[in-house]
Amino acid sequence: MGCPGKGVWGNEKPMNIGKSLIIAGLLAFAPAFAASQTALAQDAAAVAAAPADDSDAGAVNATAAETAAPAEKVAPPPRMKPTEGIGMPRPGEYTLPEQFTATGNQARWIHDMLLLPIITVISLFVLALMLYAMVRFRRAANPVPSKTSHNTFIEIVWTVVPILILVAIAVPSISLIAEQYKPAPKNALVVKVTGYQWYWGYAYPDQDIPEFVSNMLPPEKALANGEPNLLAADNRLVLPVGRPIKFIITGADVIHSFAVPSLWVKMDAVPGRLNEKSVTIEKPGVYYGQCSELCGARHGFMPIAIEALPPAQFDQWVRSQGGDPAGKAGEAAKTADAASATPAKI
Amino acid sequence: MTTTTADHGAHAHDHHDDHHTPAFFQRWFMSTNHKDIGTLYLLFAVIAGIIGGAISGLMRAELAQPGIQYLHTWAMMTDGSDATLDQAYHLWNVLITAHGLIMVFFMVMPAMIGGFGNWFVPIMIGAPDMAFPRMNNISFWLLVPAFLLLLGSTFVPGGTGNGAGTGWTVYAPLSTSGSAGPAVDLAIFSLHLAGASSILGAINFITTILNMRAPGMTLHKMPLFVWSVLVTAFLLLLALPVLAAAITMLLTDRNFGTTFYDAAGGGDPELYQHLFWFFGHPEVYIMILPGFGIVSQIVSTFSRKPVFGYLGMAYAMVAIGVVGFVVWAHHMFTTGMSVDVKMYFTAATMVIAVPTGVKIFSWIATMWGGSMSFKTPMVWALGFIFMFTVGGVTGVVLANGGVDDIFHDTYYVVAHFHYVLSLGAVFGLFAGMYYWFPKMTGRMYNEFLGQLHFWVFFIGVNVMFFPMHFLGMSGMPRRYPDYPEAFAYWNGIATQGYKIMAAGMAVFFVNMIWSLLAGKKAEANPWGEGATTLEWTLSSPPPFHQFETLPVID
Repeated sequence: MGCPGKGVWGNEKPMNIGKSLIIAGLLAFAPAFAASQTALAQDAAAVAAAPADDSDAGAVNATAAETAAPAEKVAPPPRMKPTEGIGMPRPGEYTLPEQFTATGNQARWIHDMLLLPIITVISLFVLALMLYAMVRFRRAANPVPSKTSHNTFIEIVWTVVPILILVAIAVPSISLIAEQYKPAPKNALVVKVTGYQWYWGYAYPDQDIPEFVSNMLPPEKALANGEPNLLAADNRLVLPVGRPIKFIITGADVIHSFAVPSLWVKMDAVPGRLNEKSVTIEKPGVYYGQCSELCGARHGFMPIAIEALPPAQFDQWVRSQGGDPAGKAGEAAKTADAASATPAKI
Repeated sequence: MTTTTADHGAHAHDHHDDHHTPAFFQRWFMSTNHKDIGTLYLLFAVIAGIIGGAISGLMRAELAQPGIQYLHTWAMMTDGSDATLDQAYHLWNVLITAHGLIMVFFMVMPAMIGGFGNWFVPIMIGAPDMAFPRMNNISFWLLVPAFLLLLGSTFVPGGTGNGAGTGWTVYAPLSTSGSAGPAVDLAIFSLHLAGASSILGAINFITTILNMRAPGMTLHKMPLFVWSVLVTAFLLLLALPVLAAAITMLLTDRNFGTTFYDAAGGGDPELYQHLFWFFGHPEVYIMILPGFGIVSQIVSTFSRKPVFGYLGMAYAMVAIGVVGFVVWAHHMFTTGMSVDVKMYFTAATMVIAVPTGVKIFSWIATMWGGSMSFKTPMVWALGFIFMFTVGGVTGVVLANGGVDDIFHDTYYVVAHFHYVLSLGAVFGLFAGMYYWFPKMTGRMYNEFLGQLHFWVFFIGVNVMFFPMHFLGMSGMPRRYPDYPEAFAYWNGIATQGYKIMAAGMAVFFVNMIWSLLAGKKAEANPWGEGATTLEWTLSSPPPFHQFETLPVID
């Protein structure tokens, strides 16, 4: 199925609204064209970096490094306390969570300011029409029914108006997709995320931090830490604030899905495939997520916990793991280029 | 729509035919009569619906509070007293899988197409029976072993515990390398049989509708319910073979070492998802289109007005069917598809809202200027129109690929598809049940209990499913047996909604049993001048064979 290097990925550049409108229109009427591309959806070439299931990986976690590695001079930054209601669900909530990425805010705006008002108005409009008809045209009020069964004008209106509404939705929606698919810059921090049954593995190839494993904290420990049950993880995925991050996401056994609602990230971790997702986190904090593709018995018990740190503290954390914060920033670009013989851009 | 005066022919044969009603075993187990087979399908769907509904009760009980309350105890019943917590979690996946498969393949489809389609399509087009009566019989009887295979799969190993815990989508590789043991194989065979049953049924409906219409019953005079079944039959015919291929490859991947869905052998797990959803998306229209047809008949009958924009209504269903085949990958927005593909599927999916809107507005226009009465079938149809609108507009939200990234695989999706199915298709089923109950049984249902059933059920399902939108926005993923404290509030309310809904169902069953035994005798046409289709020209219940002299439609 896969067709490496054919360059069908397109759209390296962000699109403007006008262009996306045209594309929305063209795409709507060119199903065969796009359907033929679906098969090329993602490069299914063999995953070069087969995940090493390192059962000792826990040894590189923050706390362990503190005690067990006296040779390391650098202590990791203290474990960040989550802020109640930020990066985690709030009790009784009925809105989308606060967003901490630019595309997240853009998407949330589209939902809150455009989609939600439109669908609310449409639903209430239909309800009002129905209630009016039910009262005005009940048998007692209108014993003799009309025989009208056609009205070309009204039929055209209720076909064309919905089309216009949909176009109004499609324009910002298509631009949002273009924005979300902007490739990460060369200096982005590359993080490899691997889904396992039933935990996550994180690695920082450019910083020479090998994969470590992140498991759910048992309830009593989560409670002791002041973290939400079922969301807290032992080793968090530590990330810098303000720097583009390129997640390379894959699955080791079955399909998982790497999902963090407050970053508007959800990307499947598919065995044999490298999916890419780029975001820039705007604010330090702890952001929780949960596996979002059915992956077996403990599907509900492999949370994602992200700790976003200011750059200096992030560098400190990298050093505490024995990594090199400067990384192979220069080399990284080259490596990425070489690796893109099997493109994983999305 | 169609009016006729052809009732005398049917009555004349009434007496004569009674002599030929076969004995019990021959009548119900070797049936070639479309009405008897329709009745069998409806009974089957009721039994499957009780089982599927009970499973959702188990799930709502477990989800009433955070923590694992009952699951472990239940696992000890299915997996033995030494069941581990992992086996309990696996049981959860078995429950969600069984609920989905039962409700889709063994409740909604048999009731809509097998039940009402069999009963009323031949009558509405003025035909004596289906084109292939014996094939009709095997269509039904294939469903029984299919259902038994699915239920049986619960008691054999399926990986971590007993039963198939793959979700109704049966995604590879969870369903291949991820589920050792025969349970998933049994579930796949079950789908094969159910699929074969539906394909045979579809062939039968297409042949019947295209070849056996009474003189004068042109395609453009057919009642909209017949149109809806015709479109549905074509969707079945085109979609199910793709499912059959997809799950056959699953079977060979599981048992014979092929690697269609395994990247290590040159396959691709995403291939399965494309094939599955190429079937799966038309499948959701297969479930809802007959409901559209039923609602059209009822709104017209109880407004005493012909359907507004008949041709637009018929071709809107055709358009929904056609477009429904080119939007499948909106179920796969987070699989890592390329940007162009995601944009295309976003745009194409939104297009479906247009013909759907035409239908909603045409129903309202049918009522407009009418002389409406609010008998039980009509209140269900009105409930259908509004609830389907609510489910439809959340579908427009989900159609946006970029926005879907946060909603995908959360309770928002669960809320969306239950609004279009549990409050859409199921409302359509109840509407049809009350509408045709007098015709099928010869007795009237109890109007008070029917209205009570509607209101209790309506409140129950809304209390159950509306909060799920909030849970989804908040980020609660689907298919989770347990959840963080923050999701407790809306989950608790949803479980209360289930209890209300269940009380409504109790009213329904009381009504059905009471009405069957002691309901008032029904006239040929209990609905008055608004009911213009051919079934109302026959006695209630219709003679064993109708239209031996074909009616002529003017």
